[in-house]
Amino acid sequence: MASVTINGEARTLDGPDDTVLLWALRDMAGLTGTKYGCGAGLCGACTVHVDGKAEKSCMVTVGDVAGKSVTTIEGLSADGSHPVQVAWRELHVPQCGFCQTGQIMQAASLLAENPKPTDREILDGMADNICRCGCYERIVSAVRLASTGV
Amino acid sequence: MLHMMEQAILGTPVREAAKLAFANVSRRRFLQGSAAGFAVAAFASTAEGFARYKTGGDFMPNGLRYDPHIFVSIDPDGTVTIVAHRSEMGTGSRTSLPMVLADEMGADWGMVKIVQAEGDEEKYGNQDTDGSRSMRHHIQSMRQMGASVRHMLANAAAEKWGVDASAVTVGVHEVTGGGNRAGFGELAEAAMKQPVPEFEALSFRDESEFRYIGKGKVGIYDLHDITTGKAVYGADVMLPGMKVAAVARPPVVGAEAKSYDASAAMAVPGVEHVVPLPASIMPAKFAPLGGVAVVASNTDAAIKGRDALEIQWGDSPHGGYTSESYLEEMRAAAKQPGNVLRAEGDAAAAFAGAAKTFGQEYSQAHMAHAMMEPPAAVASVADGKCEVWAPVQSPFGARGDVAAALEMEVADVRVNVTLLGGGFGRKSKCDFVIEAALLSKKLGMPIKVQWTREDDIRHSFYHTTSVERIEVALDDAGKVTGWRHNSVAPSILSTFAPDSGHQFFIESGMGHVDIPFEIPNLSVENGKAMAHTRIGWFRSVSNIPRAWAVQSFASELAAELGRDDLEVMLELIGSDRKLDPPKQGFPEDFWDYGEVYDEYPIDTMRLKNVLKLAAEKGGWGRQMPAGEGLGLAVHRSFVTYVAACAHVKIVDGKITVPEIHMALDCGFPANPERIRSQMEGSAVQGMTIALYSGVTFENGAAVQSNYHDYQMVRSDNFPEKVHTHIVPHPFSVHASGVGEPGVPPVAPAIGNAVFHATGKRMRDLPMGDTV
Repeated sequence: MASVTINGEARTLDGPDDTVLLWALRDMAGLTGTKYGCGAGLCGACTVHVDGKAEKSCMVTVGDVAGKSVTTIEGLSADGSHPVQVAWRELHVPQCGFCQTGQIMQAASLLAENPKPTDREILDGMADNICRCGCYERIVSAVRLASTGV
Repeated sequence: MLHMMEQAILGTPVREAAKLAFANVSRRRFLQGSAAGFAVAAFASTAEGFARYKTGGDFMPNGLRYDPHIFVSIDPDGTVTIVAHRSEMGTGSRTSLPMVLADEMGADWGMVKIVQAEGDEEKYGNQDTDGSRSMRHHIQSMRQMGASVRHMLANAAAEKWGVDASAVTVGVHEVTGGGNRAGFGELAEAAMKQPVPEFEALSFRDESEFRYIGKGKVGIYDLHDITTGKAVYGADVMLPGMKVAAVARPPVVGAEAKSYDASAAMAVPGVEHVVPLPASIMPAKFAPLGGVAVVASNTDAAIKGRDALEIQWGDSPHGGYTSESYLEEMRAAAKQPGNVLRAEGDAAAAFAGAAKTFGQEYSQAHMAHAMMEPPAAVASVADGKCEVWAPVQSPFGARGDVAAALEMEVADVRVNVTLLGGGFGRKSKCDFVIEAALLSKKLGMPIKVQWTREDDIRHSFYHTTSVERIEVALDDAGKVTGWRHNSVAPSILSTFAPDSGHQFFIESGMGHVDIPFEIPNLSVENGKAMAHTRIGWFRSVSNIPRAWAVQSFASELAAELGRDDLEVMLELIGSDRKLDPPKQGFPEDFWDYGEVYDEYPIDTMRLKNVLKLAAEKGGWGRQMPAGEGLGLAVHRSFVTYVAACAHVKIVDGKITVPEIHMALDCGFPANPERIRSQMEGSAVQGMTIALYSGVTFENGAAVQSNYHDYQMVRSDNFPEKVHTHIVPHPFSVHASGVGEPGVPPVAPAIGNAVFHATGKRMRDLPMGDTV
């Protein structure tokens, strides 16, 4: 059992402290916007923010985030108005859409740390996140759009 | 593919379609001099502004529906609800087909709501979402239903206002006439009571009136939900009282869990049940592999419990399957004569009399689909009925298979279709859904089965592995006089029927017997290869190894002759013509993707056109710096023509693809925006196939397990600029699909570019990411 702030709300997550955060978010907190893709920190589909920084929630336990603040896609903005989400829609990034919440959380974290990344920094900064449909060109363009308006 | 597989085995409608395709061609030859369309005239009918044509959709199980009452409803507030009956896995069909209907109808897209159909082909017609068929088979029925509703709205307005229907105009979401005006909502009830007009009585919109069709301005319907995490995929379904299952499946197909120790699993907090599942022996179609299921209160506990099981697996007849030795067996078979599938001229004589012969072999490893969403399904069996929520490409097929597994009537099973987090053919196979249904029935509670990534890669219905051997006979002038292509690969059919070791007409029809080259003597052959794992279809299917072989070979031949790739590729295709299958020795079950051949002929002019377009846009022929090269490839698949011109740059020994030009001819481009996204995705997946995609087996078990050893192209090295060039066509040039045809030319274009950058020839997929 751990006390965690999730999307700004104090929550108590039942179950053992070694419960993987991804599954606690999905099965216990009902936040299904965070996706399972690999369970091994290899694909980024489960990316959330822990104290504002991108983390792969499949590699973190509930115990690891006790007392910390976790933001999921549901908490990134109230209505999908975060600049990254807006850019994503503007450029019609998704195909199947499954990896996109992880991509968006990664991009939001990248821009929070580095508001004006170079193209190389975007390419490398998004490389932990796999998109099997192959939306990378639009993902990179959307990160650039969110950062520069271009 | 799904129902087509079943029918192929039974020898019914798919073969009928193939025979009809063939007969039409024969008849055309017989009636030389008459209009080319004569043979299909019986099918065609015309309404104002629309000449209906025959597609393979009519031969699909349960066919097509044209009744707008099934697909459209209008609320009094003007909301137009349109049913999406095809599964959405990323191609955009859930948006694009309703968009076609809405445009023809006159609906304002902002007032359109889309609902997903449950699996019910008696109601909706065929729902198998694969084969790049959604737009190809359904664009006409969507337009017809849209036009029908428009007429019904007009007729209702005319009655209401006491004016002649001809005086009524349907605008955007409103009807006017005789000084009156009414919104769609106001007329809804009366309109839907109007008789549905006969096709011949309809008038269709002129293409110049289209607001959405062909424009590419409509975003996908789920865009907002996807970007906010609200979109619902298979595993996102939660039911009251639901438990989660993770299954330990046999590492080798057919092995039974002889014994197991569940004590460690049961000790994991949250684990509630451990349930053995019977193994299935090939051919098992989509029957689950069996194994041991761990059922828990949450997914974390289920996976941990599953991983804590100690299982002794029994033997399987496939325990000797090892990729390295199997590849050598396939190579040996490819060097021997195979079953001759297509013979034109006298290939043996051409080779015997050749001034020179030249041959090469191309191989491909197995591939797993590895869609980002691994298989997951929810089932609830109660009171003699079963309800399922699952990301399935074939919801009606899944419904039938679940019913059979549960020994229930199909009527007692309902399959609700979620969004699919990628499909690529894997989610046509509903073994994971059956697992959930069997466990729910046994335990009497709703069950979600969650596959891990390791499960997905180790227990796939794999893309086949293959060796393709191509030999040519050359005369003194270096002209190709003979062509022999022996394809050796275990067949998908082995998943459905006792394995003969030979491919069947659907696989042969994918870039093998339909080779569009103008060579007087051809021998298209198939050697034997027995299956030792579950073989299934993977996006683009056999077109991937065929395009890889044929297009790589064309480039090798050019190098051998000291000539230009483009010149040689164009010369192999030859003159502008539509291939004449009977005359050219095609087998009688020549498939042409289930289409009537006259409607979708193999047109070499269109094939050469996309090749020339890709070459021109990609700057083919320009001088490249050291360590850089261009590569070309062209392939027709799923009746769409696609060429690629890849630019490869070797950076510190690593293969990079700074840009790729994709040129395609898919007939009338119904939704250019999603066509472009499919070409971008094809370039990325094609590069992944070229560099990384290989599942290998040792002693019957898959070696790879997750994205570390079954790698994907990532944003730090992908085709950074994908330029898509769409050949424009009016509606009269039949629309064809784009989900699959983009992939096949990508790997050979990259391979050929690697050769031009380095002088090293790539013949085996995956080629690795360094040279």
